[in-house]
Amino acid sequence: MSTDTYTPVEDTGFGKKAAGPVGWLDDRLGLAGVAKKNLRKVFPEHWSFMLGEIALWSFVVLLLTGVFLTFWFQPSMSEVVYDGSYAPFRGLEMSQAYASTLHISFDIRGGLLMRQIHHWAAALFVGAMLAHMLRIFFTGAYRKPREINWLIGVGLLALGMVEGFAGYSLPDDLLSGTGLRFVDGLIRSIPLVGSYLEFFIFGGEFPGEEIIPRLYMAHILLIPALLLGLIAAHMLLLVYHKHTQWPGAGRTNDNVVGYPMLPVYAAKAGGFFFVVFGFTALMGALVQINPVWAYGPYNPSEVTAGSQPDWYMGFSEGLVRIMPNWESTFLGHTWSWNVFIPGVGGLGLLFTVLALWPFVERWVTGDQREHHLLERPRNAPTRTGLGVAGMTFYGVGWAAGGNDIIATQFHLSINALTHIFRIGIFLFPVIAFIITRRICIGLQRADQNKILHGYETGVIERSPDGSYAERHAPLPVTEQYRLTAHDRLPALEAPAETDENGVALPHGRVAKVRHRVRSFYYKGAIDKPTLAEVEHADEHLAEIEGHPVHLGEDFQGVSETGIPKSH
Amino acid sequence: MRFSVRTLSTRRRHPLAGLVVLVLGLVAAAGLWSALAPKPAQAEQYTARDVEAGRELFLIGCASCHGQNAEGITTKDGGNYGPSLIGVGAAAVDFQVGTGRMPMAQSAPQAPRKAPEYDAEETRQLSAYIASLAPGPAIPAEEYLNYQDVDVEGLREGGEFFRTNCTACHNSVGAGGALPNGRYAPTLKGVSAKHIYEAMVTGPQQMPVFNDDLITPEDKRNVIAYIKRVQEQPNYGGIGGGGLGPVVDGVFVWVLGIGGLIGFAIWIGAHGARSKKKKA
Repeated sequence: MSTDTYTPVEDTGFGKKAAGPVGWLDDRLGLAGVAKKNLRKVFPEHWSFMLGEIALWSFVVLLLTGVFLTFWFQPSMSEVVYDGSYAPFRGLEMSQAYASTLHISFDIRGGLLMRQIHHWAAALFVGAMLAHMLRIFFTGAYRKPREINWLIGVGLLALGMVEGFAGYSLPDDLLSGTGLRFVDGLIRSIPLVGSYLEFFIFGGEFPGEEIIPRLYMAHILLIPALLLGLIAAHMLLLVYHKHTQWPGAGRTNDNVVGYPMLPVYAAKAGGFFFVVFGFTALMGALVQINPVWAYGPYNPSEVTAGSQPDWYMGFSEGLVRIMPNWESTFLGHTWSWNVFIPGVGGLGLLFTVLALWPFVERWVTGDQREHHLLERPRNAPTRTGLGVAGMTFYGVGWAAGGNDIIATQFHLSINALTHIFRIGIFLFPVIAFIITRRICIGLQRADQNKILHGYETGVIERSPDGSYAERHAPLPVTEQYRLTAHDRLPALEAPAETDENGVALPHGRVAKVRHRVRSFYYKGAIDKPTLAEVEHADEHLAEIEGHPVHLGEDFQGVSETGIPKSH
Repeated sequence: MRFSVRTLSTRRRHPLAGLVVLVLGLVAAAGLWSALAPKPAQAEQYTARDVEAGRELFLIGCASCHGQNAEGITTKDGGNYGPSLIGVGAAAVDFQVGTGRMPMAQSAPQAPRKAPEYDAEETRQLSAYIASLAPGPAIPAEEYLNYQDVDVEGLREGGEFFRTNCTACHNSVGAGGALPNGRYAPTLKGVSAKHIYEAMVTGPQQMPVFNDDLITPEDKRNVIAYIKRVQEQPNYGGIGGGGLGPVVDGVFVWVLGIGGLIGFAIWIGAHGARSKKKKA
């Protein structure tokens, strides 16, 4: 046996030295009371809880590197003649924004490294937010009481994309200008007000001379301020609600099992910051991103093959690429459905569905309870299926955004790809949904099987009549608990359409629709075994009659070499 | 000879005066033209034996599609089995055969670049034969291929021409790009200056023709200099995605970035809190 011994912090060498300054601070700020409570706050442990942290730390890296870049970047579209050290452009007319980006890349010590870290961190920031959001979605962590925090997260994702796009446009190179032209097209495709909106945003015809200074303001002031505010709200709500945890032995809806903020999470999270910083620094140092000198200055009459947005706008780009060319003219206006539906509609659909989902699910399940235990994806087969269908939809759009690169790299016809994506965007999500739901139900069956029939020990027994069978042993109780800690499926009863007098109920129709959706939501899901079934299974598994060897209480299965393991 | 002002003034109404002025004007214009006009790249000199040897090679390797006299073969339904080569010039033959595009291995949306079937001498002879049929773009002279001699100004102008005319299909660093129905603008990496030049003057496959009136031979050399420069300069900033742009960046972010950091998250998550343990 071993026991843990702790030395109180005030008795350590560090504690004795720090007591003076800390006491001075506490006398003036009175933080000890708040800190005492919060520094010991418990957070549960799981790798998937750190995805949001990647986003947070990328954001910190973005702030640090971004400050460096502002020292030299000139957000101006006035024309200058380049005279820096990149020879192929010497004497070329270009905007100050582009010239200063080249200056940062070629003439400022560490400038290119900082630019590349900034860009990698930006791509990582949005990627980590998306990965974090998927984790939240598939574990049902957005359920009551966390719906508002989910909405804040959706807002953060949207703002992150806008922020990234603004940054992508600032260098005023041929690629970023092309991206800006794409967004200009999106804005103009908005019926009736599009052209006015374009003139308002660009200060006249595209590209004008206003857009870079305006985007710069949004990129370094407006959106980062909003992001910071929302991140603060996101974190405060996280602390207020307490972090969700996976079900397991000793973990209930009313407690949090884990480690305290200080010293464990302070060290873990602080360490993870350096891991993220190290990763972005390594990528910035070793892998080229956005070589602005390769594209040349922006000129609206030029374009380069392989023009793509950064990955997070690829979905939008792809939907526009596969949209049929529908355009109509009436009421004296051109209605660009070919751009409006996929461009504005696609992003609108994505964010609307994301924002509404928690409320839709609550309406369907009728679940009004608070949830602090996460749900394993398999135990919500329809939600998981819909999530994968959504990912597939997004993935098809994303892939379509790179259709030219796929065509050249895999020697395919771009027309054939467009047809595949056009059909696939509707078909593949349905297939993905069906397959995912089946997999979830299959996994539920596997869980049920383990509980009711025990796990496979690897011990092969020969019965007196010569047949061979594998011995099963009961799962440890903690494991059984972990697998069955979720809710029982609700009973699905068709709603009454009329009251006791035979008069139609006021909400009869809505109730009917809801019942139908609800039946679909729970269709095929396997309920966890009842207590009676488990007890019966225990009795059955405990029978030793007919088995030549008693496995014993502490049997832990056999190792790969066939030797029985025990505690 | 002395012309007084008076002499000129008395003869200016001579019946032939107009004619003399016209002739002088034409002579001046022609002189200026021959001095200043863009010169087509120098044609190589072929002997009659080159032409005859080329014709023999042509009959064996090319005539089955392009016809016995390079007049082309039309299919029954009016399609084009192999186009006429009369007037395509030596440059077209040197490009198509020299890059291995011709002879084609199979029917395809586009003839891909591959190892050449004919050696340099045979290619020259084939070029001689086709050039003998009718005038056409000639193989460029060395002076327009010496892209190393281009100065900074030429490099900048070449870049402007390249971005205006070429990048839309060939990509800003010449990595290539997709075209409809399985066709593509091929990569310019590892393509010789001569072949880039010939492609510009002959417009092979999907490519438009950039003749000497559109882009002068000097400017063509500048374009080649820019292409070679951006492909030969070091990859500032680290491993590049081959000039393919943000799609590759996205792959890097998700596989290396998110993938690697999840790996670290699992590592951090797998380790609990450490405290000093003492044996009781």
